[in-house]
Amino acid sequence: MAHSREQIKKLEEKARQIRRLIIKMLAKAGSGHPGGSLSSADIVSCLYFSVLQHNPKEPKWPQRDRFHLSKGHCCPLWYAVLAESGYFPEEKLWTLRTLGSILQGHPDWRTPGVGVASGSLGQGLSVALGMALAARLDKASYRVYCLLGDGEIQEGQVWEAAMACAHFRCHNLCAILDYNGYQIDGKVKDVMNVEPVVEKWRAFGWYTISIDGHNMGQILEAFDEAETVKDRPTIIIAETIKGKGVSFMENVVDFHGRAPTQEEAKKALEELK
Amino acid sequence: MTEMLYARDAYGEALIELGEKNKAIVALDADLSASTRTGRFSRKFPQRFFNFGVAEQNMMGAAAGLASCGKTAFVSTFAIFGSGRAWDQVRNTICYNKLNVKIVVTHAGITVGPDGASHQGIEDIALMRAIPNMTIVVPCDAPETKEAVLACAEYQGPVYIRLGRPKVATVAKKDRFKIGQARILREGKDLTIIACGMLVKQGLDAAEVLEKEGLSVRVVNMHTIRPLDKQAIIECARLTKRIVTCEEHLASGGLGSAVAEILGENIPTPMAMIGIRGRFGQSGTPEELIKEYHLSTDDIVEACKKLL
Repeated sequence: MAHSREQIKKLEEKARQIRRLIIKMLAKAGSGHPGGSLSSADIVSCLYFSVLQHNPKEPKWPQRDRFHLSKGHCCPLWYAVLAESGYFPEEKLWTLRTLGSILQGHPDWRTPGVGVASGSLGQGLSVALGMALAARLDKASYRVYCLLGDGEIQEGQVWEAAMACAHFRCHNLCAILDYNGYQIDGKVKDVMNVEPVVEKWRAFGWYTISIDGHNMGQILEAFDEAETVKDRPTIIIAETIKGKGVSFMENVVDFHGRAPTQEEAKKALEELK
Repeated sequence: MTEMLYARDAYGEALIELGEKNKAIVALDADLSASTRTGRFSRKFPQRFFNFGVAEQNMMGAAAGLASCGKTAFVSTFAIFGSGRAWDQVRNTICYNKLNVKIVVTHAGITVGPDGASHQGIEDIALMRAIPNMTIVVPCDAPETKEAVLACAEYQGPVYIRLGRPKVATVAKKDRFKIGQARILREGKDLTIIACGMLVKQGLDAAEVLEKEGLSVRVVNMHTIRPLDKQAIIECARLTKRIVTCEEHLASGGLGSAVAEILGENIPTPMAMIGIRGRFGQSGTPEELIKEYHLSTDDIVEACKKLL
């Protein structure tokens, strides 16, 4: 299905707003993970503002499409799209990482719209698999989306889950790999090379789609294509730029897990105007 | 003649009973369905059974996902794998989210026998006791296993049920099984034996031996390690002034430690712990290993006498 220029523009604009919220939130909190939040901002904005069937007024609506953030450290992005969707008021974003906040440093199940906590890497695809199996048992039509990090796929459990998702032919499951090429200790290919990524997922029985993770048209089309696959799970391998949208954060590994200072945030927000 | 039954069989039966009543019951296994007895459920309800192969971590995560969508997920494997191999998954994905996952492990303790140390889960209670939100049940025999499985299915939240490999003697009980409520099996005034799992029978046998020597021993079946029946423990300390705990588990971190914590904070009481002392298991018959690791009736009798 072709997507109108207008729809794409709208989503791009949403993603820009989401990036602004991420920067503000992290600068206020003084700690957190901007790099990967920014690299997957286009993908997750596209999901929440176009793809997912969900109802912010009823976060536990049984027929909702599921989104599970396996790379839990990028929760500032998740919180931003949840607030923007109306799951909770935007003011809550300014409580990120503080005592008693509904917005914990890594996703907490009590946050409206989160559902299942994550943070210990490598576990999310298994959770998504369980959700996909539940949908099948209930003959429900909801789909399950799961965002993985590229450093994260170094965890062995991801491949246990990959094998099982294909074994159980979970075509209602769509994973997205945020392939930004960096992890805390440096470039993924230097720390522990994960290549060849496409061939690995294909060998495990998945349908793969490779896209530019910042091209909204390509993101939309990839989600459309994934829905047409009826015999196996799909992974969208999205090439992205860590820190995307803020020039001095792009491909700077330091911003994997460091919040911008007030000064840096000001500069970043100028760029994201 | 005492009835000897497999607790695992009782689990298999209970699971089928649950499956018949409730469509939300699903079962998961990691290539051990014949041993854990989930195999019977798999034949009866093939749609609701999932074999994950030799991949326990993924199985725990998938159980969490199923539970998050309203299923009651029974997950089975051996104790060593269900507690140790997948500990982080149990902690972060099942317990932190308070999901309705029932981990029913078999082959706990050293009575696994000839398979040896790598397959003998002797620290699993300690590992599970360290996780908030986890309920831990160690049934003493087959009928109690069935009662426990049925009760835990009704309870909302994560549960760890620990079963052994060999047949166990059925123990006479009067009251109904209730999670968190100790079962007093025998009254006495000189000392209390607080036991769980297969050592409950040994505890009763020890009490018999001691009775012949003129000692009156109370025996408590502490089937729930968490939430622990604090009132019952304090009552035992008040009534008998001495306590001996018995478990087929490390002496530290399990039932003995849990009882000591309650006593230490509330009513300091002389106690002794029957359990494995800081060493791994090994190959042997269950009977040989029970002797070698000082978990026998004779060992319990001796510990009681020392305390008196």
